[in-house]
Amino acid sequence: MNARATVDVSRLAPGGFGNRSLMYWGTLGMCLIEGTAFALTIAAYFYLRTRNPQWPPDGIAPPSLLWGTVNVVVLVLSGIPNQLAKKAAERVDLRGVRVWLVVCLLFGVAFNAVRAMEYFTLNVLWNTDAYGSIVWLLLSLHTTHIITDFLDTLVLTTLMFIGPVEEKRFVDVEENSAYWYFVVGAWLPIYGVIYWAPRLI
Amino acid sequence: MKTRDQHPRDAGVERPRAKAELPPVLEDPRELEKTWADKPGLWGWLCSVDHKAIGRRYLGTATVMFLLAGGLAALMRLQLSRPENPLMGPDLYNQLFSTHGTTMMFLFAVPVMQGLGVYFVPLMVGARSIAFPRLVAYSYWMYLGGCIFLYTSLFLNTGPDVGWFSYPPLSEQLFNPTKRPDVWAQMITWTEVASLAVAVSIITTTFKLRAPGMALNRIPIFVWAQVVTSFMVVFAMPAVMMASTALILDRLVATHFFDVDRGGDALLFQHLFWFFGHPEVYIIFIPGTGIVSTIITTFSRRPMYGYLPVVLALVSTAFIGFGLWVHHMFATGVPQLGASFFTAASIIIAVPTGIQFFCWIATMWSGKVELKSPMLWMLGFFWVFLIGGLTGTMLAAVPLNVQVHDTFFVVAHFHYVLIGGAVFPLFAAFYYWYPKIVGRMLSERAAAWGFGLFFIGFNTTFFPMHILGLHGMPRRIYTYLPETGWGPLNLVASSGALFMTAGVIVVLANAWRARYAGALAGDNPWEAPTLEWTTSSPPAPSNFIYSPTVGSAYPVWQDSPDQPIVVGLRSDVRDVLVTHLLDTEPDHRSVFPEPSIWPLLTAISTSLMFIGSIFTAWAVVYGSVPIFITMVGWFWPKSPDEGGTQPWPATERTLPLPNEAPEGAMP
Repeated sequence: MNARATVDVSRLAPGGFGNRSLMYWGTLGMCLIEGTAFALTIAAYFYLRTRNPQWPPDGIAPPSLLWGTVNVVVLVLSGIPNQLAKKAAERVDLRGVRVWLVVCLLFGVAFNAVRAMEYFTLNVLWNTDAYGSIVWLLLSLHTTHIITDFLDTLVLTTLMFIGPVEEKRFVDVEENSAYWYFVVGAWLPIYGVIYWAPRLI
Repeated sequence: MKTRDQHPRDAGVERPRAKAELPPVLEDPRELEKTWADKPGLWGWLCSVDHKAIGRRYLGTATVMFLLAGGLAALMRLQLSRPENPLMGPDLYNQLFSTHGTTMMFLFAVPVMQGLGVYFVPLMVGARSIAFPRLVAYSYWMYLGGCIFLYTSLFLNTGPDVGWFSYPPLSEQLFNPTKRPDVWAQMITWTEVASLAVAVSIITTTFKLRAPGMALNRIPIFVWAQVVTSFMVVFAMPAVMMASTALILDRLVATHFFDVDRGGDALLFQHLFWFFGHPEVYIIFIPGTGIVSTIITTFSRRPMYGYLPVVLALVSTAFIGFGLWVHHMFATGVPQLGASFFTAASIIIAVPTGIQFFCWIATMWSGKVELKSPMLWMLGFFWVFLIGGLTGTMLAAVPLNVQVHDTFFVVAHFHYVLIGGAVFPLFAAFYYWYPKIVGRMLSERAAAWGFGLFFIGFNTTFFPMHILGLHGMPRRIYTYLPETGWGPLNLVASSGALFMTAGVIVVLANAWRARYAGALAGDNPWEAPTLEWTTSSPPAPSNFIYSPTVGSAYPVWQDSPDQPIVVGLRSDVRDVLVTHLLDTEPDHRSVFPEPSIWPLLTAISTSLMFIGSIFTAWAVVYGSVPIFITMVGWFWPKSPDEGGTQPWPATERTLPLPNEAPEGAMP
């Protein structure tokens, strides 16, 4: 009788950050799915553009630049507390995580409020024509993301304040930051299409 | 026959490895089973996050969908069996063919393949669970919601009636003021949420939960097929969701995406739909080829000939599959250059499929073929799919495509492709894996009868349709005049449907009988090479008492008797080993979630929002509140010591960062 060889894993860590964790790959999968949806909607925008002799159609001004551009600034700046929250999570620094998540949430309130202003300055309604429809769809797809990412962060922040904290929750904070970057990163091309495509192209 | 009281790993007495003495381990098998088992009773059933239970539900529900949609098809064949049949009018017939196609594509073919993946991918890679088990549970409830919604609507005379692709302008409010197109469009949302969730789970499972030693070139081809399919789902499904959402918006809040009068374009819908719709064919077919490779290998008693070319063929099929959607739109007047490009791409995709065909033939040629019941269906697959593939390359050519567009030739083609490429492999998979899932053997004699009846019935039904199509019979007509001369061949086709029905009944009766009276299967009745056959039938709640490692692509056949096993996972919590993506070095352990009612509640709240949003756009706003509440319930940890793996407060980080070497001693 020979003894069966074994691989003892009992001393491996009960979790891991970044691409070690399952959550990283799940988040990445969701980013791929939603990124595809963004890309297809942008493709639909340019497809519809080829079907119209004028873009935006006669009598419709391009969306006003002010609030959309403000939101580029706000969203990009929100990357700073987001990065600091991520770094705090990697140090397992509960105090730091709490502080920077709250700052992230304040940014969240800001960019959602600015987004509301954007809707009022698109200079077109969704039911005016196909141009209006696709602009509203594009903006609303991204709005869905900033609202859900805000709520998602709100729940996580609450958890880090009152909930049962374990070290693996810090991996969740890290992955939340990664998703936040995706939402910010997605805004840049969408902003370019909504606000600059009618002016430049 | 092996008895169940033996230790699962000892049960396969024919394998030399079982003779090796088991080491003292940290796991307590009994505690392990208790930890991983569902709670008893209805509540336990509703809360289950066991991938095997969810996989069985997927397979069972998809089978019901197959039977319902098959029933609709039988009614259509009855209606078309003779000219000017007064059985039904166009309104009902439109609902029948639309619901038939919608069900078969969205509620049968994709979910049944994903259900197989949910059940078998974790077992084949040697994992104790699928990644994100609660998400997978949620996906099943969403899928079930879509099924119930579609069939409730059909019985309320609100079934979809503008075909399975629901083209505008016919599906627009102006031409279809009923709720029927909305039912179709919203059903899409349900099923796509479900299949996207499963796709992400299967990708993550394969990337991170493979047994140590299962490097990329040792992943079973079935798992490769599932992963490739999952990536296709990730990139294709958003397109149809965009299309169906835009359609609902056009109908509900007067947007103008597809309204030519206001700058929209109906062809935009076709582009979005077929950007999904063509990959969809491969989403259905690639898992089918994974089944074929698995079964051919087992019953040829040799490793797959050309593992690498077959895997590369799967991957390249997926890539090319995204580049030929316009061949569904040749009749819409696309530019000639575009048509030529998509013709070329459509012909090129035959190459990887051809490579797989030759590898299968080579495997059988050089192996020792055992003609068991799954192999019968394989032979049927070769014949049927080959014909479907040949008419496929014919249809890739624009002149022929335009000539037979919207005729029964196309109907014949895609039934040969889809039934040949998916349903025949699925029947084979049913005979192959039934012993693993149920623990009992099916009757081989009844299996031969079932196959014979179905094969004859299938060819009798669908082969004449090629000829009918060439004679000009259009699809989607509820009747035809006697002068057309289409009557006799239609009668032949309809009589074939009887044989198919009889075949399906024999298969079902066989399954029903074997459930109670079949011979016990034991661990590995086919002496198959992959990991799912190293555990008991049906598998224990934790899948493997001792998590395996592998030393080859065919562990049962090729691994040495003392191939190491994994020890040191905790048995009092759902502890799972996570490995590195490429080299599968053990990386860390992860405590998986307990059963929970929240996935079901979240699926219910999501479904209510979907139903409401057919009637008013505001449902999206107030319907989100229950979804938010249920999701918080889902994600909120149970108690401070849930899992109890990581004492808190910690003074410093113990979990490794991505660039750190894994902690913990390895041999």
